[in-house]
Amino acid sequence: MGQNLYHKLYDSHVVGQLPSGQDQLFIGLHMCHEVTSPQAFAMLRENGLKVAYPERTFTTVDHIIPTTIEARQRPLQDKISEEMFTHIEKNSAENGITFFGPEKGQQGVIHVVMPEQGVTQPGMTIACGDSHTATHGAFGAIAFGIGTSQVADVLATQTMAASKLKVRKIEFTGKMKKGVYAKDVALAYINKLGVQGGVGYAYEFCGEMIENMSMEERMTICNMAIEGGARCGYINPDQTTYDYLKDLPYSPKGDAWDRAVAYWNSIASDADAEFDDIVIIDGADIDPYVTWGITPAQSVKIDEKLPAITSFDESEHLVLSEAYEYMGFKEGQDIKGVDIDVCFIGSCTNGRISDFEIAADILKGKKIASGIRAIAVPGSQQMQKEAEAKGLDKIFTDAGFEWRQAGCSMCLAMNPDKLKGREIAASTSNRNFKGRQGSTTGRTLLMSPAMVAVAALEGKVADIREYL
Amino acid sequence: MIVEIKTVKGSGVPLRGNDIDTDRIIPARFLKCVTFDGLGENAFADDIAALKEKGEEHPFRMPVYQNGSILVSNSNFGCGSSREHAPQALVRWGIKAIVAESYSEIFFGNCVSLGVPCFKIDHKGAEKLLTAIEANPSQEIELSIENKTLTMGDLKLNLILADGPRGQFMDGSWNARAGLLVNADKVAEKAKSLPYINNFAE
Ligand code: SF4
Repeated sequence: MGQNLYHKLYDSHVVGQLPSGQDQLFIGLHMCHEVTSPQAFAMLRENGLKVAYPERTFTTVDHIIPTTIEARQRPLQDKISEEMFTHIEKNSAENGITFFGPEKGQQGVIHVVMPEQGVTQPGMTIACGDSHTATHGAFGAIAFGIGTSQVADVLATQTMAASKLKVRKIEFTGKMKKGVYAKDVALAYINKLGVQGGVGYAYEFCGEMIENMSMEERMTICNMAIEGGARCGYINPDQTTYDYLKDLPYSPKGDAWDRAVAYWNSIASDADAEFDDIVIIDGADIDPYVTWGITPAQSVKIDEKLPAITSFDESEHLVLSEAYEYMGFKEGQDIKGVDIDVCFIGSCTNGRISDFEIAADILKGKKIASGIRAIAVPGSQQMQKEAEAKGLDKIFTDAGFEWRQAGCSMCLAMNPDKLKGREIAASTSNRNFKGRQGSTTGRTLLMSPAMVAVAALEGKVADIREYL
Repeated sequence: MIVEIKTVKGSGVPLRGNDIDTDRIIPARFLKCVTFDGLGENAFADDIAALKEKGEEHPFRMPVYQNGSILVSNSNFGCGSSREHAPQALVRWGIKAIVAESYSEIFFGNCVSLGVPCFKIDHKGAEKLLTAIEANPSQEIELSIENKTLTMGDLKLNLILADGPRGQFMDGSWNARAGLLVNADKVAEKAKSLPYINNFAE
């Protein structure tokens, strides 16, 4: 039996066994943002420790940074945000760590910035104090989120204590239908396997559908692995991966590139690789999805009715009633046609250039419904520049969207972008938890960028397929 | 660096009461922070304010206890949330060890990982100790991890500390990070073996 990518990478990165019985795992790439790293840097200072491999850590600022030019003026108005900003700058500078900052035009959501810089590469173990680190698995890496104490461990030693996960292969057969996007595929597997389904597992995504996906689509798929309970998700590297990485700032150059490709090919799962579990999802069964509840698994296809609580296992009844109560929806009602107040396109799930291109295509020459607050937030400054060069910003603003500066924005509202009161947002982000978008009673419907665009036009949840 | 903790010496800080929870130790509004540094000043902030209103002073503010490092309390100390901020706040204030009738399990675990031994003592012993400290605030207390004993002048008390954490303090393994740090050479070797760290050299 052959080996899968997870086992190959895990084994090749184990330094040794710890007295606790866990493995000491070498971390090839460490990333930090402003929210979860300052205490870790402080722990190092207090213990007189140095950052062991500063060249293997990269930082940026994303969660707290405001997304309008005026509000980004330093010092930031919110004192704690400014403090976090200064800390990530100072901690990076003092430790010789590369900071992708706004002055250099390299800032953005950490999971958008690192891939576009070519920092994220196949064959690495990648850690970051952020749950959506799973995104980087799209390149054929083991990438997972860690807590603040572990951030300190990685800074001080470039290693951390870890235990091997089980691996579930999720194979998507067939092609994506018209009107179906990577986000729908992600919502589909979470709907099928549940938010707890991945606990204890790494997910390998594969199959014809995945092979035909661009790197940006693959990142959307892996980004949401964590929402399915998996610690990480990955896709085997292939020509698509290499084409994306070629000539990026941090990609290997010259002869090293060829040697890199040889290494990357060698770490992909073997054809006869063993898995702890295998799930097959038929592409023909994936339609545009919309979440209606308070977990990313509580979703329906756009033309389905909201489910009856009794159609689920009894253990889920409580959270389902809670979801209905919070959302103010009724069993059996349509999701299509639900009025919305806010549209948000952005985040590490769907804040990349192709996401804005798809939405712009739909919005071009049209106007969004009156009374809708709509914001388009680039995932990174570099991507923003690219979009503006293509005139996408103009399409969005002409349609009635606000075109913002790069950051996490309304994905989690640790910055000025927030829902108000009971507002309902059609959002391309990844979490629809209660209060996630900044209002304790605010509501979030997750969907693809194309679906958010049509929702903006109609002022209510709509079916993209009627526009194609 | 492996730090073995075998004894803790210092004067006491008496904190009478059962069920002193993590929200009292450090109120939730102090949790959004960039370092744990400021937490010490805000330890027991709400209790301190409430007592002040009544014209009383909290032990954490009384001048006689400002150099104290051994916290003494009653039962179920540190109950409430799992947040690491509570033991961090105590450590920042200057606490090095705790003697109490009982602890919440998570709080106890968090303290171990910070190198703060939490000894258990019976109710009678706790009362004796609290009274002794109040009578003589500056008198040094010596805690022996090895012997599980407390000595304060003539007062000698037996303490309880499970073998697991006791061993971790004695051999320094309470500090998980230290366990990673000692293998620095092996880590460097591992780094050398990884293609992407060496520009994919053969
Ligand atoms: S965009 Fe959202 S999910 Fe992604 S890193 Fe920022 S806050 Fe987290």
